[in-house]
Amino acid sequence: MFSGNFNNQLIKKMKLKHMKQLARNSSSILLGLALIGCGSNNTSQTANQNSSSSKTMIQNAGSDTMVNLAQAWAENYAKVNSEVSIEVSGGGSGTGIAALINGTTDIANCSRAMKAAEQQKAKDASGKDPKEHIMGYDALAVYVHKDCPLEELSLEQLAEIYGENGTITKWSELGITIPGCTSDEIIRVSRQSSSGTFAYFREAVLGEERDYKLGSRDMHGSKEVVELVQNTPCAIGYSGMGYATPEVKMLKISKTLGAEAYAPNVENTIAKTYPIARPLFVYSLGEPEGALKNYVDWCLGPEGQRIVNDSGYVSLTN
Amino acid sequence: MQYQRGRWSRVIEFLIEWLIRISGISAILFVFGIFFFVFKEGAGFLVTKWKPIEFFTSVEWYPTSLSNKRYGILAIIAGSASVTLLAMMIAIPFSLGAAVFISEFCAPKLKEVLKVLIEFLAAIPSVVWGFIGLMIMNPLIIKIFNAPIGLNVLNGGIILALMSIPIIVSISEDALKAVPDSYREAAIALGVTKWQMIYRVLIPAAKNGLLAGGLLGVGRSIGETMAVLLATGHAVQIPNGPLDSVRTLTATIAAELGETEQGADHWQVLFIIGIFLFSITFVINLIAYLVVKGIRIQAGDS
Repeated sequence: MFSGNFNNQLIKKMKLKHMKQLARNSSSILLGLALIGCGSNNTSQTANQNSSSSKTMIQNAGSDTMVNLAQAWAENYAKVNSEVSIEVSGGGSGTGIAALINGTTDIANCSRAMKAAEQQKAKDASGKDPKEHIMGYDALAVYVHKDCPLEELSLEQLAEIYGENGTITKWSELGITIPGCTSDEIIRVSRQSSSGTFAYFREAVLGEERDYKLGSRDMHGSKEVVELVQNTPCAIGYSGMGYATPEVKMLKISKTLGAEAYAPNVENTIAKTYPIARPLFVYSLGEPEGALKNYVDWCLGPEGQRIVNDSGYVSLTN
Repeated sequence: MQYQRGRWSRVIEFLIEWLIRISGISAILFVFGIFFFVFKEGAGFLVTKWKPIEFFTSVEWYPTSLSNKRYGILAIIAGSASVTLLAMMIAIPFSLGAAVFISEFCAPKLKEVLKVLIEFLAAIPSVVWGFIGLMIMNPLIIKIFNAPIGLNVLNGGIILALMSIPIIVSISEDALKAVPDSYREAAIALGVTKWQMIYRVLIPAAKNGLLAGGLLGVGRSIGETMAVLLATGHAVQIPNGPLDSVRTLTATIAAELGETEQGADHWQVLFIIGIFLFSITFVINLIAYLVVKGIRIQAGDS
């Protein structure tokens, strides 16, 4: 009896102690939460303009198609003007445009044109209209494995392969068999949805109103598309013509079935006979000034355009 | 004479106690902080335009469509689930076997070596695993299984299994070590063979810890991003078999967050996916914790 009472008292005491500890702990938690809550509403950083240090930094984000080109420009410009350092990153044209709107980049590389809605957002965010500069042209090549016997495709066939509710799903429907591809399935290799290449292909081949068929392998860079097609006999993919390797074949494309098909190369891009050719853009907020203006002018000048040609694209001066 | 602590040392002790308390609580703070941040970012879409039925049951994921934006993540959930399931089917038997071997059959020197080697597996960065999946396993799978493409559920599953094995092995081994020797001795004294002792007595006794290890491995696999981004083929579809490409929830967020402007619909939907992922891993870890707690009560009773 006595021990029962004693035990009850002990239990009550321990419960009280636990409650006190709980109260102390929860008050510390609440304090901490209040500090976090009062903390930040995430404001976007401002772009890295002329800092007080001796080197000026220019941020250059955006298209994966243009990332090698932008890197080559940056490296060569550093030899011309060592005061300016240019930081290049990829992520896709959509990423570059988002960065321009958010203010985290100075210029954005895009392999597609900026949409009206995006231009409006940029204007609202910064007060300046985005200025478009055309730096060169690129032909979007359709790649297949080098063992694939197919030579040409029409835009309609491409739309049926890649588009939503498209009817072509097997290589035998195109009348060919590929050695090494036993399942006969057309494996579509595409790009991630932030890619300008993705958006441009949709606009040029599928039409703006149509979406891609689900189930395509969405790679993250122009080079990755070619590498996957290289390793996969059943695959078909699209990427910039500058990324071609000897292990893949570029198809000739015709505007309609039966019309003349053109290969993706410099002449056909200039002559505008290759149906899937596009300009390569660089966007800045308003007219570029100072170091940025010098850089953009240099890229549009003979040195920069020579680099465009060397990287596998078509320069403006042609 | 009573010994009085000096005032200074009492103050210091008070401060240190509070410092340690805050450090301990900071873990909870971080978890809540992250949850609030993710919830805040996705909240706008969540309360106004979100259609939960379509979100969870539609396979059509077209966030960047110009004509018809659709946000259905069923295919992506199927991707995460299938890769995790396959990874656990591969990892758990291997991990269990490894844990039993290390705990019961190993000579002490070999035990140390094995434990270190298994920890090496854990030290490999996940992007390197993804690279291994992309460059090495891809052609291997095409050749061995005659698959049309080597970036698929199988590839992702194997890589995730290899990544989860260290966690499951170390927790399982701890669970097996925690079983009192008296169990083993009693069983052997009754005349059973060593293998019978293991699967009749030891594993049932340690089952809570083994289950917890398995659940933590699941939590790891679901949350893994880089490796599956590179190794699964990143295709939005429900897989018809282990040789199909899929996309996981984590990879979708990683791939698409960069392209959206802050506050846009797409941005908010990605954060809703983040909330969903967070909830899944939270629930799994909670279950694992409750299961492990089960051991202590059991051990206390016996």
